[in-house]
Amino acid sequence: MKKKVMPKNSEWTIELLKKYEREIAQIAEKFNLDTYRAQIEIITAEQMMDAYASTGMPIYYHHWSHGKQFLTIEKNYKRGHMGLAYEIVINSNPCIVYLLEENTMAMQILVLAHAAFGHNSFFKGNYLFHHWTSADAIIDYLVFAKKYISQCEERYGIDAVEEILDACHALMNHGVDRYRRSPQLSLQEEKARQTEREEFLQSQINAIWKTIPKSKKKSKEPEKRFPTDPEENLLYFIEKNAPLLETWQREVVRIVRKIAQYFYPQRQTKVMNEGWATFWHYTIMNELFEKKLINEPFMVEFLHHHTNVIYQPPFSHPHYNGLNPYTLGFSIFRDLQRICEEPTPEDKRWFPDIVNTNWVKTLDFAMRNFKDESFIAQFLSPKVIRDLKLFALADDEQKNELEISAIHNDAGYQYIRSTLAKQYDLSNIDPNIQVYNVDRRGDRTLTLRYYQSSQRPLSENAKEVIKHLYKLWGFPVKLETVSEEGSVILTNIHPEISS
Amino acid sequence: MPRFIDRRSQSRHKSAVNRQRFLRRFKAQVKKAVSNAISNRSISDIENGEKITIPTKDIREPHFHYGYGGKQEIILPGNQHFIVGDKIKRSPIQVDKNKSNASNEGEAEDAFDFQISTEEFLDLFFDDLELPNLTKTQILKTNAQKLIRAGFTIQGTPANINIIRSFRGAISRRLAHRGALKRRLNDLEMKLKKLTPNEENTFSISTLKKEIKQVKNRLKNIPFIDPFDLRYNNRVRQPRPTAQAVMFCIMDVSGSMDETKKDIAKRFFILLYLFLKRNYETIELVFIRHHTTAKEVPEQEFFYSKETGGTVVSSALELMRDIITHRYPASDWNIYGAQASDGDNWNNDSPRCRDILMHDIMPHVQYFAYVEIMARQPQSLWEVYQIVKESSKNFAMQPINHVRDIYPVLKNLFSRQHPAIPLATENLQ
Repeated sequence: MKKKVMPKNSEWTIELLKKYEREIAQIAEKFNLDTYRAQIEIITAEQMMDAYASTGMPIYYHHWSHGKQFLTIEKNYKRGHMGLAYEIVINSNPCIVYLLEENTMAMQILVLAHAAFGHNSFFKGNYLFHHWTSADAIIDYLVFAKKYISQCEERYGIDAVEEILDACHALMNHGVDRYRRSPQLSLQEEKARQTEREEFLQSQINAIWKTIPKSKKKSKEPEKRFPTDPEENLLYFIEKNAPLLETWQREVVRIVRKIAQYFYPQRQTKVMNEGWATFWHYTIMNELFEKKLINEPFMVEFLHHHTNVIYQPPFSHPHYNGLNPYTLGFSIFRDLQRICEEPTPEDKRWFPDIVNTNWVKTLDFAMRNFKDESFIAQFLSPKVIRDLKLFALADDEQKNELEISAIHNDAGYQYIRSTLAKQYDLSNIDPNIQVYNVDRRGDRTLTLRYYQSSQRPLSENAKEVIKHLYKLWGFPVKLETVSEEGSVILTNIHPEISS
Repeated sequence: MPRFIDRRSQSRHKSAVNRQRFLRRFKAQVKKAVSNAISNRSISDIENGEKITIPTKDIREPHFHYGYGGKQEIILPGNQHFIVGDKIKRSPIQVDKNKSNASNEGEAEDAFDFQISTEEFLDLFFDDLELPNLTKTQILKTNAQKLIRAGFTIQGTPANINIIRSFRGAISRRLAHRGALKRRLNDLEMKLKKLTPNEENTFSISTLKKEIKQVKNRLKNIPFIDPFDLRYNNRVRQPRPTAQAVMFCIMDVSGSMDETKKDIAKRFFILLYLFLKRNYETIELVFIRHHTTAKEVPEQEFFYSKETGGTVVSSALELMRDIITHRYPASDWNIYGAQASDGDNWNNDSPRCRDILMHDIMPHVQYFAYVEIMARQPQSLWEVYQIVKESSKNFAMQPINHVRDIYPVLKNLFSRQHPAIPLATENLQ
């Protein structure tokens, strides 16, 4: 007969952690959670701060901004302004999970369920992570990046490397591909080569036509822009086209770009990822409790933490700091489960495809095939909107008053849903800035275009970013704003033309 | 099956490098904060770390993002009583707040502050003093030497014979010599065996036998050990940097030295001590105070006990000389002297001070610094010390008139050494 494990007090031991891990793994199997093998590491508070400083990665190249991050965290932590996260989990294979040694036994179980099973299965299952990251290679790549950058520092000096890194970091959010690039490119190349061949053959046949003098009109045709199509991945453009960069500098640009790309899915799935992990730690803890593997005091402690995690202060609260992704994600997943099992007439109208389906399968489908934007657009139910009392507020600079445009009623659900979905669309969070043209015949000025939406201006920082871009490009950089009506205004130029 | 790893004891201080990078990058700002700290707080706790504050705007990392303005629609939670169409007045504060975060979010948001450690503080502190040059030219001057092993030689004293090496040589020599002879012996013996003893062969047999005898003799005569085999341990002398230092603090405690003057003297000693501490593993301190007679005292007594009376400086210098001869031989110790006085001295004593310094002290010490605190006018001591200064390069003197002068004076004292290097090059030309 299986021996029951029941911790007596809140002290944890590795043995006990292993036992619980096994129990949780059984529950996870029941719910078909597919995970990478986990590597669970117990770390101290200081190590946790180290991990924080390098955006959670176990290995990262050295940079002063990480030092700044570390100092900030250290200060806040030492003064008691903030607590540390209970865990950090890394999208790698094996999936690295850091547990803080200060956690109590109940916390460690919660964290195991949350990170080693929740996040882990999300990393393995979600399409964006499949598409953009390779969990098997990331640690190796970070090792390579760290080595490469420290070699560069030895060879070219810390300052030279730092300058490039600073410039790249400023463009990091605009250094990701939103669509697959390489297969398209190779196809294009193939086609280009094919046309080349065709043309060659044609020229052999029509040799006689060569003798006819060319018309002069042709040269008057406007010069083609470069790049022919606007490029939204600024770092990619720099890496491939900046004329003055040395090989090692290009490699550094590439490293920053690759890492930015690695984090791209995480930025797009904050709500889903946290919601999914929270949903699973909640479900798993309740299963453990039902199996009598944890007792009431543990459950009370767990619920206390869980409630803290999913607390959403109302907008008027002094602690209000935006929508809590844990709350939103957890509410949506929980409600999906409810819709599958106990649908109301309202749900039947809103979600005809998923009422009375197997909730495990439905949730799995939702986890695998969406990102925050589409997930909210698809699954935010009227009940969640009511529970969270969501409302839409329109803020138009031209008007003196803010206006409530929708509240949680029949007329508003759809509107709130689509507006909230847009709010999580990264292209709405990051301004749409693209490389428009390079003055190839002139002074090689690089022109960026900011395509404005909703008349929103760029922040003052743009000036500084342009300076960084200038360092990489080596020739003047111009930023133009294209308004929705199509008019083009020069916004920034560096170096400034002295009149 | 997952792996559990207890990392708690491993890889600490991962961010140390990043932290250094941060300090390096903002050195100018940090330095400024450090020099402010020096002027603001008492030197007695200068060895503690320091809180550094840097304006946030200097360390910002810019990105492209939206500024305030245009049309926006946001979803907020926790609706209490709004219905569609409600209009809310835009409060002027809200606009202001969004437009410029810096202006009214409070100073706290505007400054980035953090703590630096003692070492970092001292590094920055002395970095300003521009001492590294001195460290190379003066401080690491070495007197002591040590013997270190340096392989083997073929000459030496019998005491240094290396037995193993010598025998190894002997064996190989014997093997080498014997080999050829043994082969020859074998050949000869084989030949001898082949010859049947008859009339014809008598002659050749006897020659063979003779030859065999010769070879055997030669074999026997190979010496077991030969002078040629001998190897001796070789040792060479190598200069050894002395890692220990002694610092003499000499202070006038006569009636004319009041509390303020003593305080200045103390601060000067502390700074010098801190500086030396960065360069040596161990520093011993000797406190000598004097009025008409000199006495070696513990630190507490040195600074805080009250004395009165006249002043005979030479008594202290004599004591220092004696202590050096008895306890701190110059070959083993880096000796530093620091003297603080208000310049008063019994006039007839001053020439004597000069003599002791020039003949008995200066040749042994690395450096001797004299500060004259709030002297009313140049005194006799100052004049004779000028003579000492001209004759020895490692002697320095400075007047101090105010607490705030100490730091620049220390800087001066040490930067004085710099011209010594250009001088040398001039000579070469």
